[in-house]
Amino acid sequence: MSFETSEITSELTTADDHGLNLNETELTLGLPGESRGRKLGKKRGLIELKSINDEKNQSDAAKASLDEEQLAGWPPVTLYRKKNFRFVKVAVDGAPYLRKINLESYGDYQQLQCVLFEIFAYFTIGNYTSDDLEFKNCYKPSFTTETFVPLMHDSFNNSIAQRIKYVSMYEDNDGDWMIVGDVPWMMFVQTCKRIRLMRRSEDINTARRTHSECSVSSC
Amino acid sequence: MALSFPEEVLEHVFSFITSHTDRNTVSLVCKSWYEIERWCRRRVFIGNCYAVSPGIMIRRFPEVRCVELKGKPHFADFNLVPDGWGGYFYPWVCEMSRAYPWLEEIRLKRMVVSDEGLELVSKAFKNFKVLVLSSCEGFSTDGLAAIAANCRNLRELDLRESEVEDLSGHWLSHFPDSCTSLQSLNMSCLSSEVSFSALQRLIARSPNLKTLRLNRAVPLEKLSTLLHRAPQLVELGTGAYSAEARPDVCSNLAEAFSRCKELKGLSGFWDVVPFYLPAIYSVCSRLTSLNLSYATIQSPDVTKIVTQCPNLQSLSVLDYIEDTGLNALSLSCKDLRELRVFPSDPFVADANVSLTEQGLVAVSEGCYKLQSVLYFCRQMSNSALTTIAKNRPNLNCFRLCILEPRAPDYLTLEPLDNGFGAIVENCKQLQRLSLSGLLTDRVFEYIGKRAKKLEMLSIAFAGDSDLGLHHVLSGCDSLRKLEIRDCPFGDKALLANVSKLETMRSLWMSSCSVSLGACKRLSQKMPRLNVEVIDEQGDLDSRPDSSPVEKLYVYRTVAGPRLDMPSFIRNMAQNPTYMR
Repeated sequence: MSFETSEITSELTTADDHGLNLNETELTLGLPGESRGRKLGKKRGLIELKSINDEKNQSDAAKASLDEEQLAGWPPVTLYRKKNFRFVKVAVDGAPYLRKINLESYGDYQQLQCVLFEIFAYFTIGNYTSDDLEFKNCYKPSFTTETFVPLMHDSFNNSIAQRIKYVSMYEDNDGDWMIVGDVPWMMFVQTCKRIRLMRRSEDINTARRTHSECSVSSC
Repeated sequence: MALSFPEEVLEHVFSFITSHTDRNTVSLVCKSWYEIERWCRRRVFIGNCYAVSPGIMIRRFPEVRCVELKGKPHFADFNLVPDGWGGYFYPWVCEMSRAYPWLEEIRLKRMVVSDEGLELVSKAFKNFKVLVLSSCEGFSTDGLAAIAANCRNLRELDLRESEVEDLSGHWLSHFPDSCTSLQSLNMSCLSSEVSFSALQRLIARSPNLKTLRLNRAVPLEKLSTLLHRAPQLVELGTGAYSAEARPDVCSNLAEAFSRCKELKGLSGFWDVVPFYLPAIYSVCSRLTSLNLSYATIQSPDVTKIVTQCPNLQSLSVLDYIEDTGLNALSLSCKDLRELRVFPSDPFVADANVSLTEQGLVAVSEGCYKLQSVLYFCRQMSNSALTTIAKNRPNLNCFRLCILEPRAPDYLTLEPLDNGFGAIVENCKQLQRLSLSGLLTDRVFEYIGKRAKKLEMLSIAFAGDSDLGLHHVLSGCDSLRKLEIRDCPFGDKALLANVSKLETMRSLWMSSCSVSLGACKRLSQKMPRLNVEVIDEQGDLDSRPDSSPVEKLYVYRTVAGPRLDMPSFIRNMAQNPTYMR
């Protein structure tokens, strides 16, 4: 299947840049005459271009994902019901399209890692070896919500880290980019807006919450 | 003038009159009936906890056994009411603990309940039996532990859709071994895992348990164990309905279900793995109520289930059912009274499911007893609405939510005035209506003229001018609750219909065009209304009268201005500048 791809590009806020490089427009593709009902508001941090595939995907890519915070209390779905639909987009660097997963389906980080790994493997089959897939390496059987060991941080402390090419990051509801695994699971579910499996070479510039003293070597 | 009957006889007669409206009417006949009635009133319903005070309730009804209270306005469900608004249970339970030692039942909706309040309930009322907390918040599992531990005769504990601070699942283990009275337990809103053995033992020693709604954390593999202990269940809410696909587990589950000969209602079904759906097939033919609204299963699976439920009266489902599923429903479920279809992906503009107005039209055609509809969809037409109205004149509740605000008739691009007009014209018993889509003042003219039995109306993104609101306030004779958001309704309609507001329970208006000055004038004209302006931007005192209010909540009350308002709410009767 041939397709054109546009890179998923991003501009990320750094830890020091408190959202001053606001990118106020989100570009999405729309068919002529498609009504947009409500205006899209400020989006901090990320410009996303979904790629165009064939005709079908063109109309799929044209779907505007409406920011639920733009119109308070609409549609009139109870919070209790809304809580059960924590669908977030998962972007894998270099992949031609995004996936969506429902965070409420998973009970903890372990289950999330499995799903992210599946998505990652699907997109990178043939291009990367299992050594580049850090998820399995970082999975700690003793991980529980109380200990919230930052899974990704440890990867920079051991020799395997040199080969790991992808880091899983998420954007929280403040618009900051965080490492997946920092906060307790329930807090993550409530604050995660989208997930990105990012190529390691870029993550030097990403916003991270870390207490680690070790320096990150560039890939 | 001597009474024709002794008091005891009248009391006995009154004991057969249970509806609140009828009891209220009885009390108005004459002074002696008022007196007799108030002494034998056992159940009190207070639809707005600020309409009356605990003291007034206790003074009038000294021998109450069951109290039902509602707090926050309905739009609180959609996050439109700020935190700290009010609706506190504690002042009520404090006074009731002194006045009603024999209180048996407390039912609360949208109230703020605290652990202290629950502890007081558990200790003050020796014969306490029923606690229903619907969409409440403010308490933790510690409060539940107190209830479990101390209420010796607890019959019902129902936490439906409440926000509970879930510290641990340990609360369930506080039910003493001597507690065997449980008939109904709904813990579906809790996230923590409870001790399975404690749950199992509790169920095993509760022979009268009829309703059991588990939470998500109860694994599917263990469900059959619980069902074996409670084959007498009438209503079951499963936990997470997923597990590794294992035929032996599935057949165990199917067997356990088949033993539940009384089972009439099913709910739960989080995280459904379709492999396990056949386990419920044996009970489908008896089901009258089915809630699949958390089940993310596709149309073929949903359809397969509902078509096996010929006795279904109430169905809640996600829009994954699609038009094809609803069509099948209309052919299989001729006893259907209530249908609720929720959106699977409410925040996406374009449909990812093939659910349109046609599904609802099909159900309106095939389900002759359909009375109550809640339907989320992405397109609607006047012709579909008119067809539905003509098919089902017996509708008493019609709530339609077209996801895109101000969406017109997708066929003609016209407003949906005529469609909703047909609804109110044909459905003469309509008590509840929610509007959506593109609507002009004309729809409100139809509603005002025709919807004479309408008690609750919800309006969003509709209308052109004050005339719309005026039609509703001047025309809807039975209106009790009116809630409006994002409509161009302002001062004129409000001030032209001030007396109407005292005949209603409440009016909510947010993001409309009502001015601060109009709120003050309304309050001045109607001293028995609380006119509360909610404005989180602060500095209400220094705003000019012409400035629009963010949110307005008006309700009748005999308790005067409330004393527990947060800083961002002002009662217009207490406005400092007004009082000059």
